[in-house]
Amino acid sequence: MSQTAMQNRPVIETDTRFDVELRKIFKVFNGETVVRGVDLGIWQGEFFSILGPSGCGKTTTLRLIAGFEEPSAGEVLIRGKSMSGVPAYRRPVNTVFQSYALFSHLSVWENIAFGLRIKRQSKAEIQNRVQEALRLVKMEQFARRYPAQLSGGQQQRVAVARALVNRPTVVLLDEPLGALDLKLRKEMQVELSTLHKNLGVTFVMVTHDQEEALSLSDRIAVMHDGRLEQIGTPNQIYDYPQTPFVADFIGDTNLFKGQVETTDYAMLQVRTDRGLKILVKPTESSNGSTPGQVVVSVRPEKIQLSLEKPSSPVNCFEGRLMHTMYLGTHVHYLVELLSGDRLTVLQPNRAKLAAEPDSSLYIHWAETDCLALTA
Amino acid sequence: MSTSTPTPSVVPAKTSPGWQRKLSHLVGPLVLLGPPGVWLLLLLVVPTLLILQLSLIPGIRPGQPIDGFGLGNYLNIFQPVYLQVIWRSVFFALGSTVLTLLLGFPVAYWIALMAPKRWRNLLLVSFVLPLWTSSLLRAYAWITILRPTGVLNSFLSTLGLPTLDLLNRSGAVFIGMSYSFLPYMVLVLYASLEKLDRRLLEAAADLGASAPQAFWKVTVPQTLPGIAAGCLLVFIASLGDFVVPELLGGASSMTVSRLIYNQFLGATRNWGLGSSLSMVLILAVSISIALLIKYGDRDPESFS
Repeated sequence: MSQTAMQNRPVIETDTRFDVELRKIFKVFNGETVVRGVDLGIWQGEFFSILGPSGCGKTTTLRLIAGFEEPSAGEVLIRGKSMSGVPAYRRPVNTVFQSYALFSHLSVWENIAFGLRIKRQSKAEIQNRVQEALRLVKMEQFARRYPAQLSGGQQQRVAVARALVNRPTVVLLDEPLGALDLKLRKEMQVELSTLHKNLGVTFVMVTHDQEEALSLSDRIAVMHDGRLEQIGTPNQIYDYPQTPFVADFIGDTNLFKGQVETTDYAMLQVRTDRGLKILVKPTESSNGSTPGQVVVSVRPEKIQLSLEKPSSPVNCFEGRLMHTMYLGTHVHYLVELLSGDRLTVLQPNRAKLAAEPDSSLYIHWAETDCLALTA
Repeated sequence: MSTSTPTPSVVPAKTSPGWQRKLSHLVGPLVLLGPPGVWLLLLLVVPTLLILQLSLIPGIRPGQPIDGFGLGNYLNIFQPVYLQVIWRSVFFALGSTVLTLLLGFPVAYWIALMAPKRWRNLLLVSFVLPLWTSSLLRAYAWITILRPTGVLNSFLSTLGLPTLDLLNRSGAVFIGMSYSFLPYMVLVLYASLEKLDRRLLEAAADLGASAPQAFWKVTVPQTLPGIAAGCLLVFIASLGDFVVPELLGGASSMTVSRLIYNQFLGATRNWGLGSSLSMVLILAVSISIALLIKYGDRDPESFS
């Protein structure tokens, strides 16, 4: 996989394809280590997301790039230049804050012009660029308003314009859509994506919303407990999670703890703690994983349900239907296996299973539809 | 009340006494506002009206016959001697306001934004502590410090520096007033700075503003209502102050309050002039308070 290749390659000092580089970053607050050795490179023009649950250190990582915090150890580079000792106001980055942090004493127009005025741009230049930024976020008619007179979505647009107008190397977005309601969030997602495509600027977004990260990003870094769990494309993160945490955090999954019993080059046999035998086709990333503790992950939508014993005996287990939840496009089943494991199964609302609650049935999945992750 | 008119739609309104209902609505406010209302009426409104009446009797002096009504006392104020006194009072008040702002802002800023959180209340209390002693006492303390053989000059002479002659001059008035009213300024500014959203300072830094630029372009405008409130408060208090100019200012520092005092209890005994000066002072302070109410407590969110 490409991201493992990138991680293993020694970092070249003069690699100009990186806009942002973090090298073994640590951050300690009052004796508590919030970021533990984060090492990553963000390509030029990329939409990069840092995804994780609250308290995982993702916002701190963003603040380290912005320069609001200095790393306790390690180094931040922007366009190959070390940012050590460079204060926030001298860094070529601009932030869209979670709370927007608009200046309530200034009009929309003056909010956007703030950065240009600080840099003493000419009057004509300020006029042109503010106008252009307003047009970009479709806020021309609100230029004279004050932030308190705008809705949340409109404030969001002003915050984006205020960052973009300075033409930064990197735009940092801290949970940019967190305060908006669902419908508006979807709209703004599309607009952010369009803005990114049209401008070609590097976007680094912090979010706890996996759907947002999956739908917007070119690449995602999943963080947990101050560490990077995995970096990859949305597809890689979802379909080939490398750790049980990523498998569990991104989407729904069923996890089985177990021991690798036999390995050959083509197949892993895992015996779970509750006695199930699961066959797993190794992927590149789990290739060569030594026998030992593993966690098998099966996505609910990859599991098939049937009333009769299916012809293929692979990964087929008998169980009992506990609960059915009708979701409209999909139906969600909760199944308890004879071993006592409980599984969630998601089926498209096409072939409805004619099963009564408590009736017995069979579940099965292909050996290519599950992953063995080193615990 | 509703029990006395169980079926208002059927029974015509004649049995339901509207005035009774109105009266019952007045009971609450009357109980709550009555005592302070009487207090204010007897001790503020009536005396003010009496002074207003006195101010309209030209040249009234104790033991002299009343000589009709007129605006003579007010016209009297326009004599250069009195105008100079008024101007000096305003000058003292403005100067003290600027001084307290310059001294108070850094202190309030430090307590609100930089001092450790658990120390803040203690720091504020220690700043307000001088207010617990009498203003007279504080003025006498300053006399001890500032007089020619006082604490300050002994200190300066031990260091071999030239001594300062501050007492009974304008300088002493500025020092005394700023000292007296600094706690008010600090408290008001603190309240305003403490509400300052620090994320705005981060946003300013993010947009390229250095700390001084962020201070002038964000902190000051965001706390402007507090600055205005603090300044008006100190201005009002120092405009009417009597103790400091009387004890520290000396003969050359005549202010409106001292002039009024002289008209009633001093040698001149011109009640008419004293009353009209009082009315002018009350008017000036009232206008300031009106401004304070209108602009002082504005939320920074409501700019527009």
